[in-house]
Amino acid sequence: MLSDRVAAPPVIALRAIEKWYGTRDRPVHALSATDLDVGAGELLVLLGPSGCGKTTLLRMIGGLIAPTSGDLSIVGRSLWSRGERQSDALADLGMVFQDANLFPWLSIEDNISLPLELKGMSAAARRTKAHDLMKLVGIAGFEKRWPRELSGGMRQRAAIARALSYDPKILLMDEPFGALDAMTRDAMNLELQRLFLTTEKSIVLVTHSIAEAVFLADRIVLLSPRPGRIDRIVTVPFARPRTLELQATAEFQAIVLGLRQRLTEIS
Amino acid sequence: MVEATSNTLHPGRPAPQRRSWLAGREATIPWITTPLLLAILVAIWHSYVRVSGISPFILPGPGAVLSDWIDLIQSPRAWFHAGMTVYATLVGFFWAALIGVVLGVLIARIRWLELTLNPFIVATQVIPKVALVPLFVVWFGFGITSKVIVAGVLAFFPILTNTVLGVKSIDEGHRDVMTALNASRWQIFRRLELPSALPYILTGFEVGIVLAIIGAVVGEYLGGNQGLGHLLIQSMNGFETSQMFAVLIQMSLIGFAFYFSIGLLKRLLIPWHATGGA
Repeated sequence: MLSDRVAAPPVIALRAIEKWYGTRDRPVHALSATDLDVGAGELLVLLGPSGCGKTTLLRMIGGLIAPTSGDLSIVGRSLWSRGERQSDALADLGMVFQDANLFPWLSIEDNISLPLELKGMSAAARRTKAHDLMKLVGIAGFEKRWPRELSGGMRQRAAIARALSYDPKILLMDEPFGALDAMTRDAMNLELQRLFLTTEKSIVLVTHSIAEAVFLADRIVLLSPRPGRIDRIVTVPFARPRTLELQATAEFQAIVLGLRQRLTEIS
Repeated sequence: MVEATSNTLHPGRPAPQRRSWLAGREATIPWITTPLLLAILVAIWHSYVRVSGISPFILPGPGAVLSDWIDLIQSPRAWFHAGMTVYATLVGFFWAALIGVVLGVLIARIRWLELTLNPFIVATQVIPKVALVPLFVVWFGFGITSKVIVAGVLAFFPILTNTVLGVKSIDEGHRDVMTALNASRWQIFRRLELPSALPYILTGFEVGIVLAIIGAVVGEYLGGNQGLGHLLIQSMNGFETSQMFAVLIQMSLIGFAFYFSIGLLKRLLIPWHATGGA
């Protein structure tokens, strides 16, 4: 499954990563042995029907659940060793969830700089950094607001800023715009592309929207369920920056249609 | 829904104004209705006492009660009794809060501790705790100690159970954030679990402080010669019914003061929460 497009050493390397859930009598095979590389500066999308293990895969990469077996390394450092998480590898990972998961008792500014506070940065330095991040994601001016005072899209922008605060090389996003309305979602997809082009992060994004996957991805990893496994990897050829009008083109539609047919066959 | 439909059909026409007369006035209304309702109730009370000719030993009129209450707040002896009740309530509440929150956090976090203690917690919840007051008097005497303990015991359980609930209700998504950020156990406690449980803990305090007053007063009924509870029993024994009412008013005012103090604490500590803030 190694792509020949990836020339530089991969920032994420999965070797025979496998996940079983449940008890000894009723084990569930969430993900069968999987190999995958994510290149530096690549936007990789994990796409698949529910139960295909895409979120499981992302949470293993993010250090939230341990793989049952296999090797997983982040920028050359092993993340899991005998089920124990190796915390030094986490510094290169920033995570964004479907819910913004902002802490309601912290102002937007304090939410964004929370990772920096945990790492012991001074309050003044945190404020400066938070302000820059808020400008970057387009929510400057809302520093002192409570999360509940912001719209869903703005909260998700704040969550992205929080994940970017300590400048990780990799951004992991679990259906980040899944809870947003269609128009906000389009805007956020454009915004994410802008951030991707300006910050030069590697991004792994989970979605179940085919159009979103094709719009955002350099490569799409299509996963099939029971047990979760990689069905195929589709390279998306469109140049960046991509516009929303791209979605109306025949080439775009052809990729979407191909993926939709394959998804129907495997789900 | 109907309005939304008509709007899409006639986009130029403004939606019909159907703002409730309450809109924008919700904050001011209690300031008018509460004194008004109180005045009506006192008027009914007054006319009933007048018309029925009921014995003042059973139901004194509001005028007699008011004059006795004014006597009460001018009497240093009554302030001493009120002070004793307040002291027993506050000290009992303080220990209940301290032990309740610490034990609640431990129970919520340590599974075997919860499994071990849970039957005892349920049992002590079910026992009518006021029935234990005579026992406390036997053990701790007629002095202030037994009142403090009754107040504390009554306040303890709502604080404990709310703390356990609060720590257990922490959002899994919030935990994921802290886990992904490699936060230490102490950081998770200090930055996530404590602030997240705080609204629950303060609700426990709100219930607890009121129960602590009840505990202190009931303790004073049964033993000793101090406190508003004692003063109430003394008035009863002397058939001074209007003075009983005056003591009741005094107790209620203290209760209000405590309850609103917790409300103030909420505003200060959890302004972000729906039950705190403005």
